Amino acid sequence: MTGEPVLEVEDLRVRLRTPRGPADVVNGLTYRVGQGETVAVVGESGSGKSVSVLALLGLLPARVATVTGRALLQGEDLLTMSPSRLRQVRGPGAGMVFQDPMTSLNPVLTVGRQIVEGLRAHSDMSKAVARRRAAELLGEVGLPDPEGALDRYPHELSGGMRQRVVIAIALSNSPALLIADEATTALDVTVQAQIIDLIATLQADHGTGVIWITHDLGVVAGIADRVLVMYGGRCVEDGTVDDVLEHPAHPYTRGLLGSLPDLAAPVGPDGEVPDLTTVPGLPPPPTDLPPGCVFWPRCPVRADPRCETEQPPLAVVGPGSGGLEHRAATWCTEGEAPSAGSPAAGASSRAGGPAAGATSGADGPEGGGR
Amino acid sequence: MTGAPVPEPGSSPDTPAGAPGTSPAATLRPARPRWQETLGLLARNPTAAIASLLLIAIVLIAIFDDTLAAEGPNDIDVAERLQSPSWEHPFGTDDLGRDILSRIILGASVSLRVGFLAVGFALVVGTLIGLLAGYYGRWVDDVLMRFMDMLFAFPAVLLAIAVLAVRGPGSGNTALAIGIVYTPIFARVTRASVLGVREEVYVRASRSVGASDWRILTRHILPNAAPPIIVQTSISLAFAVLAEAALSFLGLGTQPPNPSWGLMLAEGRSYIELAWWIAFFPGMAIFLTVLCFNLLGDGLRDVLDPRQRTQMSGSGAAVAADAGGEK
Amino acid sequence: MVVLAGVSVIVFSLVHLVPGDPVRLALGTRFSQESYDALRERSGLDQPLIEQFFGWLGRALTGDLGVSFRSGETVTSLIAERLPATLTLAFASILVALLIAVPLGTISALRPRSIIDRFATVISQFGISVPDFWMGIVLILVFAGTLGWLPSGGFVPIGEDPLEWLQRLVMPAVVTGVVSGSVITRFVRSSMLEALGSDHVRTAQAKGLPTRQVFTWHVLRNALLPLVTVTGVQLAYLLSGVVVVEIVFSWPGLGQLALQAVQARDYPVLQGAVLLFALVFLVINLVVDLLYTAIDPRIRR
Repeated sequence: MTGEPVLEVEDLRVRLRTPRGPADVVNGLTYRVGQGETVAVVGESGSGKSVSVLALLGLLPARVATVTGRALLQGEDLLTMSPSRLRQVRGPGAGMVFQDPMTSLNPVLTVGRQIVEGLRAHSDMSKAVARRRAAELLGEVGLPDPEGALDRYPHELSGGMRQRVVIAIALSNSPALLIADEATTALDVTVQAQIIDLIATLQADHGTGVIWITHDLGVVAGIADRVLVMYGGRCVEDGTVDDVLEHPAHPYTRGLLGSLPDLAAPVGPDGEVPDLTTVPGLPPPPTDLPPGCVFWPRCPVRADPRCETEQPPLAVVGPGSGGLEHRAATWCTEGEAPSAGSPAAGASSRAGGPAAGATSGADGPEGGGR
Repeated sequence: MTGAPVPEPGSSPDTPAGAPGTSPAATLRPARPRWQETLGLLARNPTAAIASLLLIAIVLIAIFDDTLAAEGPNDIDVAERLQSPSWEHPFGTDDLGRDILSRIILGASVSLRVGFLAVGFALVVGTLIGLLAGYYGRWVDDVLMRFMDMLFAFPAVLLAIAVLAVRGPGSGNTALAIGIVYTPIFARVTRASVLGVREEVYVRASRSVGASDWRILTRHILPNAAPPIIVQTSISLAFAVLAEAALSFLGLGTQPPNPSWGLMLAEGRSYIELAWWIAFFPGMAIFLTVLCFNLLGDGLRDVLDPRQRTQMSGSGAAVAADAGGEK
Repeated sequence: MVVLAGVSVIVFSLVHLVPGDPVRLALGTRFSQESYDALRERSGLDQPLIEQFFGWLGRALTGDLGVSFRSGETVTSLIAERLPATLTLAFASILVALLIAVPLGTISALRPRSIIDRFATVISQFGISVPDFWMGIVLILVFAGTLGWLPSGGFVPIGEDPLEWLQRLVMPAVVTGVVSGSVITRFVRSSMLEALGSDHVRTAQAKGLPTRQVFTWHVLRNALLPLVTVTGVQLAYLLSGVVVVEIVFSWPGLGQLALQAVQARDYPVLQGAVLLFALVFLVINLVVDLLYTAIDPRIRR
C-alpha cells in the first residue's frame, strides 16, 4: 500500500504573529505520504490543518508566519529551499486544490489562460501547444466541450465545473503530490462524490500522493489510506483508516465519530436511530493553548490527573495494520474499553458528554462560520 | 462506500445557520460599540488622538476668540501695515495693519460655525432621506434617491455657487449651500447601511412582534447604521471647512470686514510677493483644521467600521483560512 | 437621461430664482426704457417662464444655447473658446494624479503598515486636506516669485508655443493633480490590498507562477476595476469643479466662465455651462461603464 515516500514531514511548526501575540497554529506535525497513497488530515476549523499545508508550499505570508521543521518533497526540503526553487516546485512538485472554487479562480481571466500560464511557467511550450494540452486536461477532468471551455470565464461555469478546472490546474504539471484543501466542502453532495471519484481515478493513473484535508469523516472513510487527526495544531491520533475509525483511541476522535451518523448501526427495536452527539465547545485559541492535553478543556473523559497539566506524547495504542502503527496523544488509553465495541464507537463519548445536548447544532466539526 | 460520503447533519457548514431562531444567540442584536470602548481604541491610535486634541484646541480657540484675539482683529493701523512676523505680531500684519494672528483666531469661529452648520444640515436632512429611502424602498427610494443623484451630478463647487447666487453671499447662506451639496452623500451612506441591516434577524424579529416602523428605525436601524455616518460626519466637516474657505476666497462666502480664512487668503493674494505671510498663515490654519478632521475621520473608521478593519490585515486570506482562533 | 432632464429643469429654475434683473445689469446704469424693452424682448424674458424653458430646451437640443447678455456672443462660442483650456488642465491633472497614485498606492499595499505605507498615508492625507488655492498661491510665490522659473498663470494654446504651453500648465496641473492623486492613492491602496488577499492569488502562486506574473495578471489586473471608477469620478470633477484653481492661475477655463456668469447674472451662459457639466458627468459615467465591460468579463452579456 505504501510506495516510495513522496513527502516526509518532520516536526512541522508554524507560529503566526497576530495582534494578540504569537499564535502556535501548528505544533510538531510528523507524517509521510507515499506514492499513490492518500493521507487524510482531519480536524475542525481552527485546528491548523490548512495552515500546515500552506506552510509546506510557502504560501503563508512571510512577514507573519514562522515555519520550522523539515518537509522533504522527493528528498528536497521545502522549508529551506530558495524562493525561486520553491516556485519551480509548486506545480510539478506539488499541486494544490483549494476549498472554494467560486473564489480560487481569477474572475477576469479565461479558464484557458489560467491553465496555460501554469503550464508555460514550467516548460517552454509554445502557446498553441499549451492550449492544446489545456484542452486535454479539461477533458481529463471531465469538462464537457473542453475546447470551448478554454475561452469561458469562471463565472460562466458551475461550482463543480470550476472545481474541475482548479483540479486541472493543479494536475497540469503532473505533480508528485496533490494537496486537496477542503476541496469538496463548498460543493453539493452529488458533485462532491464526482470530484472525489475524479481525484481517486487520476491518482490511480498517475501514482500521485494525495493529502486530503477535510472535516468530513465520511469522505475519509471512502478514500483515505491513512488518517491524521489534528486538534489545536497537534496530531492527536494517527494510523490507518481502519484503525482510527474503527478503534478510535483519543476522546476527540471518538467525539468526531459520535457526530457522524452510522448507517451500519443497528436500529433499535422501535425503529429508533442512535442519537448523534457533538463535541461541545470550541477549539482553544492558538494564542493561548492549555498546558496539558490540548483537548482537556472540552474533554468529557479526563481520566487522568496528568490531562490538565502534562502534555501527552503521541504513543502507540494499538497493534496497527498495513505496516503502520496506530498512535494517539492521550493519557486516557488505559482502561479504555469501549473502543473494542466496533461500530457504535460514538457510544463511548456519548456516555461521557454531559453538556452535549445544550449546544446542539452550534458546534459540530467545522461548525463555526468562516 | 467509496466516493459516497454520508451527509452529516452536524458537519455541513451551513447547518448551524440553517435554522434561524433555534439558537437564542441568533436573535440577539449585535452589541453596540460602546462610547468608552470607542474612545479607548481611538486613544490608542496616535494620529487620531493627536488630531482630536488639536481639534479640541481649535474649537476652544473659536469659542474664546474674543478673549484670545488680544489685538482687535479689525483695528486698522496704517502705520503698522504689511509688517513681517515679529514678537508683537507673530504672524505679521496685513495691508491695513491688522494683526493676522488675531484675525485667524476670529476666523476660526467663522469657519467652524459655517462648517458645523453645513454638516449639521446635511446630516439631519441626508440621514432622514437615506433612512426613509432605505427602509421603505420601492417608489420612496426611487424618487428620493433619483433626486439625490441629480444633486450629486452637479459639480459641488458650482452647486454651492448657484445656491449662493440665489440667496446672496454671507456666512449663513454659505452654510446652507455647503449643506445642500453634502446632503446626497449622507443620504447615500445612510441608505447603504440601512439596506445592510434591514434584513438582519433582529430587525425581522422586532418587526414580527409588531414594533412600529418609527421604533424599528430609531432603536434598531439607526444605531447600527451609525458608524459610517459618524465617519462621514468627520470627513464632511473637513470638506465643509475647505469649501467655506474656497467660497469666501471667491468672494461669495463670508463678507469683509469679517475675518474668514478664505477671505484673508484672497486679500493676501495680491500682496503675495510683498508680504507672503498674509496669505500663508490663513492657508496653514485651513490646512491644519481640515487635516485634523480628516485624520479623526480615518481613525474613527478604523475603530467603528468593521468592514474596513478586516481589510487592514493585508496578510491575506491564507491566514484567515484556518487560524480560526485569531479572531 | 432622466438625470439630464432633471438637471436642466433644476438649472433653469435655479437660474431664474436668482434675484436681480439681468437686463438692467447688462445695460449698465444709464439706459432708456425703449432699449430696456427691446433687450428684454430680444432675450425672450417677457415670455412666461414655462415657455422660456421649453424654448430654451428646444434650442439647446439643436446646439443653440442662446446669447450672452453681457457680451452678446453666442454661448456656444463662449464655451468653445474656453473648452481647450479646461480639457488641457483636466487631462494633465489626471495624468499627474495617476503618476502619483498608482505607484504610491501599489507600494503601500504591498508593504502594509511599513514605513513607506505610513508615509504614503500621511502624504495622501496631506494632499486631501490642503486647500488647493492656497497651494497654488504658495507655488506661485516660490516658483514664479522667488525662483522665477515658471510664469505665474495664463494659458497659451499648444499650437502657438509648446514650451510656454507646458510651462504655464505645470503648476495648475500639479496643484489639482496632487489633490486628485491623493484621493486616488487611497483607492489604489485599498483595492490592491483586496486583490492581494483574494483566493485566486494563492491559486496563482500555487501554480508556481513567477511573482511578477502573479502581480501583473492576478493583482494589478483585478485592482484596475475600482481604479477606473475613481479615475472617472475625478476626471468629471476636474472638468467642472476647479473654479478656484482657475482663478488663482488666471486659467481661462469653464469654471471661470461659470463664475463670471453667476456674478453678472448672465443666465444663458450659466445655463449652458451647467448643462455642459452635467453632460460631461454623464458621458464620463458612460465611458466608465464601457471600460468596465471591456475589462470585467462578469459584466459582459
